[in-house]
Amino acid sequence: MSESVAIPLQHRPEPVRPKPLLSNGVLGMMIFIFTEVMIFAGFISAHAVVRSQAAGQMWPPFGQPRLPVQETALNTAALLVSGLVLVVAWFAFRKERSRARIPLLLSILLGTFFVYFQGLEWVALLGEGLTIQSSSYGGFFYLIVGTHAIHAVAALIALIWAGVRLNQGRLTGSELATVSAFWYFVVLVWPVLYIKVYL
Amino acid sequence: MSETAVAVEHHADHAHDHHGSEGFLSKYVFSTDHKMIAMQYLFTGMGMAVIGGFMAYVFRMQLAFPGISVPGFGQVSPGEYNALVTNHGSIMIFWVAMPVLIAAFGNYCIPLMIGADDMVFPRINRLSYQIFLLSAVILLLSLFVQGGGFGGAWTAYPPLSAVGDYNQTSLGASMWLVAVALEFVAFLLGGINFITTLMNSRAPGMKAYDIPLVCWMIVIASILFMLSVGPLIAGAVMLLFDQTIGTGFYDPARGGDPILWQHLFWFFGHPEVYVVLLPAIGITIDIIATFARKKVFGYKMMLYTTVATGVLSFFVWAHHQFLAGIDPRMANVFTVTTLLISIPIAELCFVIIATLYGGSIRLTTPMLWALAFMAEFLIGGVTGIFLGASGADIYFHDTYFVLAHFHYTFYPIAIIGTFAAFTYWFPKMFGKMMNDTLGKIHFWGTIIPFNVIFIPLFVLGMGGQHRRIYNYEHFPELAGEGMYQLRELATYALLVMLAFQLVFFYNCIASWMRGKKAGKNPWESNTLEWTTESPPPHGNWPEGLPNVYRGPYEYAHPDREQDYWPQNEPA
Ligand code: HEM
Ligand SMILES: [Cu+2]
Repeated sequence: MSESVAIPLQHRPEPVRPKPLLSNGVLGMMIFIFTEVMIFAGFISAHAVVRSQAAGQMWPPFGQPRLPVQETALNTAALLVSGLVLVVAWFAFRKERSRARIPLLLSILLGTFFVYFQGLEWVALLGEGLTIQSSSYGGFFYLIVGTHAIHAVAALIALIWAGVRLNQGRLTGSELATVSAFWYFVVLVWPVLYIKVYL
Repeated sequence: MSETAVAVEHHADHAHDHHGSEGFLSKYVFSTDHKMIAMQYLFTGMGMAVIGGFMAYVFRMQLAFPGISVPGFGQVSPGEYNALVTNHGSIMIFWVAMPVLIAAFGNYCIPLMIGADDMVFPRINRLSYQIFLLSAVILLLSLFVQGGGFGGAWTAYPPLSAVGDYNQTSLGASMWLVAVALEFVAFLLGGINFITTLMNSRAPGMKAYDIPLVCWMIVIASILFMLSVGPLIAGAVMLLFDQTIGTGFYDPARGGDPILWQHLFWFFGHPEVYVVLLPAIGITIDIIATFARKKVFGYKMMLYTTVATGVLSFFVWAHHQFLAGIDPRMANVFTVTTLLISIPIAELCFVIIATLYGGSIRLTTPMLWALAFMAEFLIGGVTGIFLGASGADIYFHDTYFVLAHFHYTFYPIAIIGTFAAFTYWFPKMFGKMMNDTLGKIHFWGTIIPFNVIFIPLFVLGMGGQHRRIYNYEHFPELAGEGMYQLRELATYALLVMLAFQLVFFYNCIASWMRGKKAGKNPWESNTLEWTTESPPPHGNWPEGLPNVYRGPYEYAHPDREQDYWPQNEPA
């Protein structure tokens, strides 16, 4: 007695290929970003665990410098603005492709500003004796911020690639969306890292 | 506007527009065709299985006959023993189960079963295999570097794994870690491909519930992998830094925490067991439906159950750490979640039994493997409940009981599931039927010794035999006559099982060379891969991709003469 007895012959309308909700590039990038989010979640929770067990609840530990909270706040703002400008670029692109040039360039410049000043900050901190080996405090700082920096540089290279293709008039909407998705990830994960690591 | 861009992009990414005139390298080595990449994964995985099996042979010989000069290897030193056990485990999970079940069968089946001409990102697919191959090479090389291969167990707990002075294999340990990390990268790329392909490239008419369960299972497994692997990657970077540049993330003396690694590892580790389990279940169900000539009982229930299991699998990880000094209240919580997760597993078993009930069963070789998967996995699942009860686990933890438990789960998954899939799709892959008699001889020659190996290990585990000991002669209460007899029994059974694998290899080669021609649909199955030539040509359906009119399991429909009803046949 098989289950299918009750089911009459089904008649379906002639099949058509449905339009995908998201293009392949954007969907693939979103899955990738999912994984990236989990990597940062791993770092952040490891950091939280170690911080909560710090000797005498001293954080930063004795003899280690404080992180530059204000300067980085400014830098954070630059990064957030860069993300916003990229949104503007997207809408400009939808209206008329060439109009995306200026906002895209601006977004890249702001992003570069962010990476450059983070680099300066590292040099200063190294000078003050905070190294990756000096304590778990320093270890997590360089590990987490460094991982973010690698992502930021990779995303900037992708944005520059998109800018070049835009100039040549070959950039497709799906390509811009894919590359932007990665930059949005870099922008949006940063405030979380800032709050968790700096404050 | 961006919609047209989508369509263009889909084809622009196909790097293989040069039909016909392919040279050897571009056809077999640098191919972007999903079927060829599947073969590469399959044969690499099977090669690694042979290596992993050889390691098992060496250390089982040492366990049964301590100090013996093992034929083909020589005397086993304690360091070598540890390296063999560690790498056996790592290989079987990361370089056999994952590449064969997910990457090989996922690559082979997903496009063919959903009616696509290839994966959506063929070049990323090729890159995935190349990174995987590199990771395998690094792992194998790590066995021969100075100090020898890493010996700190596949779970690589610090401080043993982090400090070169403790594990004595600082180079081997780092290479092991790099190899595992690269393997993860390969599977990330593969997983992105599987999920995107399933979402975007289905044949016209194929709705969500028309997708064969095996495709769903492989994709859900990929999603689980993607969600769970991040924290382990984070943890692995920290471990690598501890090993190489002297950070102290896991060093309590410097403010670090070794238990942290256990959490990061098992947060991945437990979902990982479902990552390999789900494809095997999917394969089993598809085979059982085909050979029971019946619709899968409760397709949707199966799918939802799987999703629920996937979600739950993120909340059981600390059952591996009951004895790591975690808070007993936390242990209670994880006992409850662990017992809960056996409910969906039991449900999957009942679904399979209900599918079999009243079917007209054809006992072919793949069907035997599929049935064996169910029967053997059940033992693994049931013994998991004993381990999940934190009180009982105080006694069982790190004994051979645990070892037998997870071999009763992994072996059905990685070996039985693979043989089921391989014998089922062999006619499609190579265009020839396998010899059924030889197939059955191989089946019984594998299944019986498998049980004779591992049932004694349950007994030994209950007798208190600890997992990580090189020579039991130094432990009077474990060195008794009876215990040695059981150890020897397990080792002899392993030798028998390994010998029977020769039948399999012979059958493969003989059938491939002079087997009966398979034709398009030798099993009279419904799913789309059986509607094209065997083996499928480049592009899968040269005369045009199929349309889909119904679900994959319409067997024995009362209104039809034929007892099967291919998905692509108009009503
Ligand atoms: C999906 C199939 C399964 C696989 C592949 C699997 C695999 C494993 C592995 C590899 C280990 C040992 C890890 C180690 O210490 O090296 C293990 C331990 C364990 N498994 Fe499973 N398992 C499966 C199903 C289950 C189920 C269904 C349960 C419970 C209902 C369970 C409960 C446990 C527990 C509690 C342990 C820890 C035992 C200990 O270390 O003391 N497992 N399993
Ligand atoms: Cu587990």
